[in-house]
Amino acid sequence: MLDNTRIAEHTMTEQRTKISARKVQVYYGQNHAIKDVEVDILDKTVTAFIGPSGCGKSTFLRCLNRMNDTVAIARVEGEIKIDDEDIYAPSVDPVQLRAKVGMVFQKPNPFPKSIYDNVAYGPKIHGLARGKAELDEIVEKSLRRAAIWNEVKDRLTAPGTGLSGGQQQRLCIARAVATEPEVLLMDEPCSALDPIATAQVEELIDELRTNYSVVIVTHSMQQAARVSQKTAFFHLGHLVEYGQTSDIFTNPRDPRTESYISGRIG
Amino acid sequence: MADTALAPDTPERKTNMDKIRATLTARRRSENRLRIAGLLAIGFAFGMLGLVFASLIATGYQAFTQTHVTIDVFIDPEEISVDRLPRGGFEDVLEASLAATVVGEAEGSEALRDIGRILSDGAQFKLRDMVVADPGLIGTTVTITVPTSDNFDQLNKGLIDRATPEQFRRVTDQQIAWFDELDAAGAVSAPFNRWMFINNDSRFPEQAGLRGALVGTFWVLLICFAISFPLGIGAAIYLEEFAPKGKMSDLIEVNINNLAAVPSVVFGLLGLAVFIGWFGMPRSAPIVGGLTLALMTLPTIILATRAALKAVPPSIREAALGVGASKQQAVFGHVLPLAMPGILTGTIIGMAQAMGETAPLLLVGMNAFVTSTAGTPFESSTTLPTQIFMWADSPERGFISRTSAAILVLLGFLIVMNLIAIILRRKFERQW
Repeated sequence: MLDNTRIAEHTMTEQRTKISARKVQVYYGQNHAIKDVEVDILDKTVTAFIGPSGCGKSTFLRCLNRMNDTVAIARVEGEIKIDDEDIYAPSVDPVQLRAKVGMVFQKPNPFPKSIYDNVAYGPKIHGLARGKAELDEIVEKSLRRAAIWNEVKDRLTAPGTGLSGGQQQRLCIARAVATEPEVLLMDEPCSALDPIATAQVEELIDELRTNYSVVIVTHSMQQAARVSQKTAFFHLGHLVEYGQTSDIFTNPRDPRTESYISGRIG
Repeated sequence: MADTALAPDTPERKTNMDKIRATLTARRRSENRLRIAGLLAIGFAFGMLGLVFASLIATGYQAFTQTHVTIDVFIDPEEISVDRLPRGGFEDVLEASLAATVVGEAEGSEALRDIGRILSDGAQFKLRDMVVADPGLIGTTVTITVPTSDNFDQLNKGLIDRATPEQFRRVTDQQIAWFDELDAAGAVSAPFNRWMFINNDSRFPEQAGLRGALVGTFWVLLICFAISFPLGIGAAIYLEEFAPKGKMSDLIEVNINNLAAVPSVVFGLLGLAVFIGWFGMPRSAPIVGGLTLALMTLPTIILATRAALKAVPPSIREAALGVGASKQQAVFGHVLPLAMPGILTGTIIGMAQAMGETAPLLLVGMNAFVTSTAGTPFESSTTLPTQIFMWADSPERGFISRTSAAILVLLGFLIVMNLIAIILRRKFERQW
């Protein structure tokens, strides 16, 4: 299986746990979407969530920055800790949490504003920059980190919506990293992109690992194999298997995992 | 098997293609019927619109000119003296001058009065104002152009038939002869009736203008906008973005829809009872009219704003929330600006509706006869639609064409407002 896929063989140094989830349940109205998920996500690591459509991987991802709060019928139970702090504790403000846990969405969604304003928005609202010069610096650094600086540096005032799909997605990544988050959540970031743009974004994800704990939801097992060190397989709301990416793809323990990665279910 | 498949005309083994072909004619015919029905409907609608405009223009165009007479007036010191200003026999002076122009001599007081009837009642005041401004004119001869009275305006425009027997006519043969003499002397002119826009209302059609109504409409719309726009947008933002969805919000939604469907006359009664009855606000004042119309426009703006907010894709909200914007920052920084074109379009259409609204304004007394312009929203005033209502009710012939002309002015404003709405929508329509 996955003959043509290079399996990421990154050195796994000892990493500390960044996010730890215990007995997480998510309900959408009557629908029990996430059941008893327990997972420890490491710092400075790319963790991939894979699984068939509707298995709950995106739902679980959105629990990690409390984006599910915006869905009126969604209800989250259990415990999710980031740096040993319960993010669902009443004392935690989701606004602050989302500055710490950035998110990149499936469809590139730049604001219909200039490229500069797109990136500067987060630092501006959080008051991270004192003065224009510092803001300029943050914008440049973020765009460089998202590997798009060279393409847009001459047209920072052009609208972000005028870029190509891949550029838009990298712009969204730049926007997400501009607030210096510690965790970066990516919900199928390449599903709307062509193969070249996908390769660029994947390369970028690998670089982002040096600074962040990256969690990526993907439909493509090849992508999971290429970019991640740890992989979690979700099925029907359960976290079926979680481990080293190379182990999951070469030596799955659960029969459901094996069926999925060999293409029998999903 | 292959043979039968290749023989579609055998009745017992029709292929699918044949079945489809058989239905095609019927489908095409039905499509054509629909298209023709649509064209007929549009044709009917446009025909009616054309009819309305044709009839308005046919009767209204004459109000856009006003017959004037230019005469040399000798300001007789015997009639007018400096110490008695602003009193004086200005009417007599005008009559004498007119008589002098026409027949060269006075022919008794009866004839003088008859000849004086050619001029508008307002002519003497025009002369008076001139003399008051410059008393040095007394004893000299000045050339002034004054409007004719309504009857002679009608005569000049051909609306009074000269063939009608004298006793059935509003002007005598003698008066017609005098008027023709003036005309022959080149004293009669019919310039563009700008006075219709700069005069206030009057009992005399030739002096009646729309200024008071235009200013009243401006005040009413200003108040209506100042109240319904922020309140409507605020309510819509709360309902759409912040309010918890549930039975309560459904109930509110249903009632806002109901409110939008309440007949305007009911809002008029409400305004009368609440603003005038309880709060003791002045009757006929634009403040009351504006508040009443604001009640009426509010649901329109709320509905338009909610629709516009709903049309903003959720990805924009998620993007803003995802970088840590608060709900308020996401709504006011990203969602509202994107919804603004839709909101403005809805608002302009709501304001256009309010502008043409008559019934609620009648109930709060904005159909008063007011001959001054309201300097503040607290003074009595009329509005364009109530002015049209009053003029349409007036018996003088001159008001027939003026009513149509006023309707054309109102429609002109409405067309401009709707055009602005369309241009705004075109301009800000964008993809995201």
